[in-house]
Amino acid sequence: MLLIFFMVTTVMREYEGLDIIMPRAKMIEKLESKRHTSYVWATKDGLVSVDDRIININNLSGIMYSKIAKDPKITVSLKSDEKTTMKLITDIHSQLRTANALKLSYSALTKAP
Amino acid sequence: MIKKQRRPLEEINSSSMADIAFLLLVFFLVTTTISMDKGISLVLPSEGNELEVNRKNIVNILMNESGKVLIDDKPTKVNAIRGIVERKLSGNPNLIFSVQTHPRTKYQNYLQILDQLKEAKATKISIANPPAF
Repeated sequence: MLLIFFMVTTVMREYEGLDIIMPRAKMIEKLESKRHTSYVWATKDGLVSVDDRIININNLSGIMYSKIAKDPKITVSLKSDEKTTMKLITDIHSQLRTANALKLSYSALTKAP
Repeated sequence: MIKKQRRPLEEINSSSMADIAFLLLVFFLVTTTISMDKGISLVLPSEGNELEVNRKNIVNILMNESGKVLIDDKPTKVNAIRGIVERKLSGNPNLIFSVQTHPRTKYQNYLQILDQLKEAKATKISIANPPAF
């Protein structure tokens, strides 16, 4: 039984995204559901990636717009390096606002006590 | 007449089945990653929805590129934000906290501010655009 359970639930990582060191925070909440989540990766060098493709930051709103059209309940999980500058983060904010993708979650790890 | 040889019925040795199953079980136990999608959630305001807010109800939290914080023009330690915010909120629960950062501020420092605000149970958080340089 256990064997079958783990065989069924194991998901081999589909993609890893970019090379980032996640920031740490205390007040983190679980995301509602993985199905309604879209990941945006941002590295400290200013690279932005969605769905395993590195994109130009100015195209982000277009991509997000089509995602929102398919699934209006989508939450954007921003996986960003702890050393990313706020300029990039603000650019992502404004792109997301243009695309009306307003539910955002800053992905973080639990802070070690 | 050729004498039929009666061979004993051969069986596959099944005693190792348990071992194999157990090994597989351990393999899947190790490779399973319970998804760790956690983070600080925030809802962005929709575009063109800027509201005029009474200046009294706004607390400005500024952060420079080296991670130094100013709350209403008073220099503050990051860890002290929570206490200050809680005190301000108990005086006026309608306060809006406007977080403004320098374009070169590190994301980690910004998250620390958000973390402190969330710990203080501040719900109205506004992200101000950094000034263009």
